[in-house]
Amino acid sequence: MAITFTLNGKAQTVDVSPEMPLLWVLRDTLNMTGTKFGCGMALCGACTVHINGEPARSCSTPVSSVAGKKITTIEGLSADGTHPVQVAWMAEDVPQCGYCQSGQIMSAVALLSKKSNPTDADIDDAMSGNICRCGTYQRIRKAIHRAATMQTGKATSAA
Amino acid sequence: MTTASVLNRRDFLKTGASAGAALVIGFHLSPSAFAASAADQEKKPANPFTAWVRITPDNQVTLILGKSEMGQGIMTALPMILAEELYLDWKQVRIEQAPTNPAIYEHGTGGSGSVAGSWTPLRQAGAAAREMLITAAAQHWNVNRDTCKPTDGGVLHGARKQFLTYGELVDDAAKLPVPDFNTVPLKNSNDFTIVGHDQKRFEARAKSTGTAKFGIDSRPDGLVYAVIARCPVFGGKLAKFDATKAKTVPGVRDVISIDPVAAGAFTTGGVVVIADNSWAAMQGRKVLDITWDEGPHASESSASLRKQFVENASKPGKVFRNDGDADSALATGAKKVDIVYEIPFAAHACMEPMNCTVRIGPNGAEAWVPTQAPQWAQDIIAEVSKLPKESVVVHTTLMGGGFGRRYQADFVLEAAQVAKATGNKPVMVLWTREDDMQHDFYRPASYHHMQGAVDAQGNLAAWKHFQTSTSIAAVWDKDGAEKPEASEFATAAFIPYQTKNYRIEYTLAKSGVPRAWWRSVEHSSSGFVVESFIDELAAAAGADPLEFRLRAIGDDRKIPDFTNPKEGKPLDTARQKAVLKLAAEKAGWGKPLPAGVYRGIAGYFSFESYTAGVAEVSVKDGQVKVHRIVYAVDCGRPVNPNGIVAQVEGAAIYGVSAFMKDAITIDRGRVEQSNFNNYQMPRINETPKIEVHVVNSTEEPTGIGEPGLPVIAPAVCNAIFAGTGKRIRRLPIRAEDLA
Repeated sequence: MAITFTLNGKAQTVDVSPEMPLLWVLRDTLNMTGTKFGCGMALCGACTVHINGEPARSCSTPVSSVAGKKITTIEGLSADGTHPVQVAWMAEDVPQCGYCQSGQIMSAVALLSKKSNPTDADIDDAMSGNICRCGTYQRIRKAIHRAATMQTGKATSAA
Repeated sequence: MTTASVLNRRDFLKTGASAGAALVIGFHLSPSAFAASAADQEKKPANPFTAWVRITPDNQVTLILGKSEMGQGIMTALPMILAEELYLDWKQVRIEQAPTNPAIYEHGTGGSGSVAGSWTPLRQAGAAAREMLITAAAQHWNVNRDTCKPTDGGVLHGARKQFLTYGELVDDAAKLPVPDFNTVPLKNSNDFTIVGHDQKRFEARAKSTGTAKFGIDSRPDGLVYAVIARCPVFGGKLAKFDATKAKTVPGVRDVISIDPVAAGAFTTGGVVVIADNSWAAMQGRKVLDITWDEGPHASESSASLRKQFVENASKPGKVFRNDGDADSALATGAKKVDIVYEIPFAAHACMEPMNCTVRIGPNGAEAWVPTQAPQWAQDIIAEVSKLPKESVVVHTTLMGGGFGRRYQADFVLEAAQVAKATGNKPVMVLWTREDDMQHDFYRPASYHHMQGAVDAQGNLAAWKHFQTSTSIAAVWDKDGAEKPEASEFATAAFIPYQTKNYRIEYTLAKSGVPRAWWRSVEHSSSGFVVESFIDELAAAAGADPLEFRLRAIGDDRKIPDFTNPKEGKPLDTARQKAVLKLAAEKAGWGKPLPAGVYRGIAGYFSFESYTAGVAEVSVKDGQVKVHRIVYAVDCGRPVNPNGIVAQVEGAAIYGVSAFMKDAITIDRGRVEQSNFNNYQMPRINETPKIEVHVVNSTEEPTGIGEPGLPVIAPAVCNAIFAGTGKRIRRLPIRAEDLA
């Protein structure tokens, strides 16, 4: 069944089973492997993408449900890794194994689009659906504060 | 059915007994491979321009990485060592994964041993290359080579004010004789500009943009996807199956079965659904009709294992160490502590589930493997495909976590079996989270009966440690020739706490559950036991936990590695005391805390590194909250201090999972947990503030990927005791144990 949506700003049509999760359409049909498989049950956040600007777990999102919607994946965040959240991630040297970080970054971007200057409690609320087995949480927190500072144009925080 | 021939030959070059090599670092599978490596794999140093550094005429320098990157930062730390000796500009260096070539590289990555084991060889290789480049420059200018100096990626002749880039020199340099590695001059450490200075992770950009390629991201042309239905009961196997329905699922291409391999890689075998995409394969698997032969372990449970532990503990064990007379000292001690600690199985839960992609063609095979043991993968694929090893190309990919799990080769072996059935098409065998959690090689479950005494002066008088566990070594060697206790006791057999009466006993518990190396291996258990017990003895003596530890450690001295005296570095008590004091000082030990917050301390020696941690916790409504952890670590000369801090931060969170969350339980011979809903992970809202203080040592570098872990559980549990008087003696922490 042909399903059309907007993927990272471009129209995309796929011909797959309607119940196939968006995750596998991205990874196996379109070979866009930046979005990761972690649990298949929306428990770990590794597969997080944006659907119409809202963070969503693509592993549990049937592709038919995104027809006509706007999808953004990690590949669509910036052409060259210059999104403030990505820059902050590198500045704080967040990733270890790095596998969960696409999902972490997509969750962080969604948080900052709603709250330009999140508190630690806001970060806990928005990011606790994303598991990092390497335990980079402390640096994720710092990087979100740093990105917030960059986006709001304040002087670079030492946080 | 496809069949796998003998894949069970193996050789432990080092066993888990060694503090410096808690992972087995050498496997040799086929008889021929075994014979070829019987000479202990003495590698002749290769020409550095072949093995370690590639310089093109346009002066682009590529450093070669012989180890695997799983998040521990080795892709940054090891090239830093080469770059230092080569006087390179770190920002201009490129890094590339080495091809699998056991003749040149020791690929095995584990045991927190990569920096420790590579430090000297890589310095020598870098220095040899540098000396060859200097000689080439001197010959070019026809000057005395003492007048030529390496700098900024080239060689400078000061008097002539002439400079040749390495790119201009490399063709001549590579043809020169390779200097003797034992005498090649190494850079004076006072001149280091890269080593010892914080460097950002080399691949951080790729990992922040979604472009980093993990094993699961391999997409060779023509790729097909497979999942395997495995017998849920350990040791069970396939009886019969009907794939009629599965074959009607759109996208499913084929359904086959593969045999288990009982030893070596320890695969389960099962029914394989091969499809056009991962999801179709999973859908096909759901409708398979399978009858399993559940095998000999179908009645095993956590309750039956505990019963076995208790029975074992009621009888003396095999005496592993016996100094003085612990029983008499216990009988006459002024204060005695006699208690039991219990530790469950734990799963690795790497964020990237196991996977392996293999293509087997008529003349060669190619594989994309997220592995800590690329040479083992190469051996196995050669064995299964019947191709010569040289025709098997293994691409070692980035790993979404390893933690010891990816030192196994079960996921490689079964992918090779499946690839034999897909013709020349590459196939990825993908594990779902449930597969990964229910067919892991788990941290052993263990049970520790501890008896100790302090004398009338409050000094440690006796220490008796009886352990029964499902040993790692016993997985490999059921006859016990490998000494099952050797993989369970390491530092716990040569603790720094001085007592003349010191006895260690062990009894193996039988289990069908696969066990192997989990981050920090035996230290994750023994660190909890030893550092909880010393705290209990301190309380019995009425002493401050820090002061009691320092007093029990006593004088500065070096305690030989009891389990591996020849190869293991001794425990230097001065360094252990130093990290305890440093962590205590930085944490403000003895100073007031907010109401309801309490401190606990622990220190441990593992992987030849010294760690101490102070935890600040509160307990409310049966819930433990960890507010802050202050670490001091001494892992010898810090190569990349930023990387060391990251590893300790990460080990802390892995350690938090071990005492707050991790418990794999068994019922009817199978794992009860299946995904992150019932095997939970620590999340950002549970993350304490973690401070890491790295000792600026000039000793040889030692391990740091794992040593941060063992002190966390005891430091937290000792803090719980300080605040509530409740001792936590079984993990993970349960609300009823806090009540």
